[in-house]
Amino acid sequence: MTAAGTTATAQPSPDGAARVSAGEVVRRLRAVDTRRGVLAVAGLGAVLVVLVGASLLLGDVRVPVADVLSALRGEPGPAAFIVTGLRLPRAMLGAVVGALLGMSGALLQSVVRNPLASPDVVGVTGGASAAAVLAIGAGAVGAGVDVAALGGALGAAALVVALSGRGVLGTRFVVVGVAVAFAATAVLGYALTRANLTAARSAYRWLVGSVGTAAWSDVARLAAVLAAVSLLLAIARRPLAALRLDDAAARGLGLQPERVRTAAVAGSAVLAAAAVAAAGPVAFVAFVSGPLARRLRGHGPALATAALVGATAVVTADLVAQHLPGSLQPPVGLVTGALGAPFLLWVLWREA
Amino acid sequence: MSLRAEDVVLGYHGPDVVRGVSLDVRAGALTVLVGANASGKSTLLRGLARLLEPRSGRVTLEGTDLRQIPPRRLARRIGVLPQEPLAPEGIRVAELVAHGRYPHQGLFLGHRSDDDAVVGAALEATGTADLAARRVDELSGGQRQRVWISMVLAQDPDVLLLDEPTSALDVAHQVEVLDVLRDQVRQGRTVVLVSHDLTLGARYADELVVLADGRVVAQGDPVATLSEEVVEHAFGVRPRLLADPDTGRPVVLPRPASG
Repeated sequence: MTAAGTTATAQPSPDGAARVSAGEVVRRLRAVDTRRGVLAVAGLGAVLVVLVGASLLLGDVRVPVADVLSALRGEPGPAAFIVTGLRLPRAMLGAVVGALLGMSGALLQSVVRNPLASPDVVGVTGGASAAAVLAIGAGAVGAGVDVAALGGALGAAALVVALSGRGVLGTRFVVVGVAVAFAATAVLGYALTRANLTAARSAYRWLVGSVGTAAWSDVARLAAVLAAVSLLLAIARRPLAALRLDDAAARGLGLQPERVRTAAVAGSAVLAAAAVAAAGPVAFVAFVSGPLARRLRGHGPALATAALVGATAVVTADLVAQHLPGSLQPPVGLVTGALGAPFLLWVLWREA
Repeated sequence: MSLRAEDVVLGYHGPDVVRGVSLDVRAGALTVLVGANASGKSTLLRGLARLLEPRSGRVTLEGTDLRQIPPRRLARRIGVLPQEPLAPEGIRVAELVAHGRYPHQGLFLGHRSDDDAVVGAALEATGTADLAARRVDELSGGQRQRVWISMVLAQDPDVLLLDEPTSALDVAHQVEVLDVLRDQVRQGRTVVLVSHDLTLGARYADELVVLADGRVVAQGDPVATLSEEVVEHAFGVRPRLLADPDTGRPVVLPRPASG
């Protein structure tokens, strides 16, 4: 049984020059692919650094570069509070929220094998928002709201998985998810009408999503969630890649598709819940990051790339939101929504 | 290597599809499961591949029930090619075939140094090495089928199970695929494939297994196994059987029911 196991040796071609073995061709293609992945991550990382830098410089008060740098070094100065107390946490929160949403969406789209299966379309972020607002209405603050959002996200995901039956795949999953999303919207609306005015105002971010009230503690908590789930996904990267094959083919390779998929759906819900708890459902980021990342990356779940695309999207949208003309400063979710809707149309147009 | 079905009953949601089949898969031979549509041949293959759990009876590899073998270890022994599998959008040939190494890779170690050579050899075995950089969704049906066979070969299994690998192909590509499989048998692997093409099955099989209505109705050497009665029983059409002048193998000519 060594037929495929024997090493392909270099064969001379008719003109006598040494031909490259098939194994060497495969190795080179893999190297090209790796390089493309590194380039995608490095390029997006550089764009993100530039955007965060710009968000530190720009605003109602323009801070000179020298002052920004000295503030970042921790030196006291006129701009120290504006840079490290307001603008940097806001940009970092936007980046982490975007990364969580981007990774969450790409993961779900990959394991369900449908570009429409993102947590904002299938009711996962809706479930998190509804549960968060219910908790606020009941008087919860801080960690209580976070736990409620997590419960809502996991509950909605479990509902979609259960109602989709064994074929947790493709269209059925999306249709069930859309129904769950509508139900979540109804619950959210009900909770808002029941809430008193103060609670309703603090619940407002769960309608659109905002990173305007960023604190370093939020950034740290979200970064910890992102790091923990990323580590798990890095360990599971081979099963996740193999799951992109046909289910029967994946099972033939020794994979247990249902298990991997259930775990991945739960992981996606945790990522989305963390983002939603801190910033509300920032529209469309989870939806667009995966397809954009795959365009850059060529193939695969492309989770790291998707996380960086999401981070870039939210930081960009928040920069745009802060610098719209006039006194209008919409929350970031409105900007991502306004940019995301045409993107959805573009996806549909491409697939038509 | 001995893969064996012991009185297996298989089905999906409704009634039993395979209704008590016992089969010893001949090691180092090419076995073709033939039968009419809904005869249970693909379902039997899925049972042998553990894609479907028997309702009763069992499938064993060297005496051990497949259900007791860890999935990845089993995947190093038995390779499965489902009928018309879907490739992920945009995946390239070399990447698809490299998935065949999955059961050999550790959780943390990942890629192994000889993986590229094994993938390369698997591509060469099906004559698809030139396609390595191409996108799978751009290939013709025959090329795509050979690429999928390469993926299963990259698993380096003892047994290859293929569900209708030639059904969607024209005759030239059918022969191409079957020649690849014959070649694998020559190198010591055991191959089982499902087909509804009696003539092609009889031409390539060492062992022909005829199924009808979820049961085995005839089994053995193609020349001895195929008779007009057996074909009529399995397919409901009385054919004419001729002998291939080159090989002596049976050639099945269907005759119109009215004739």
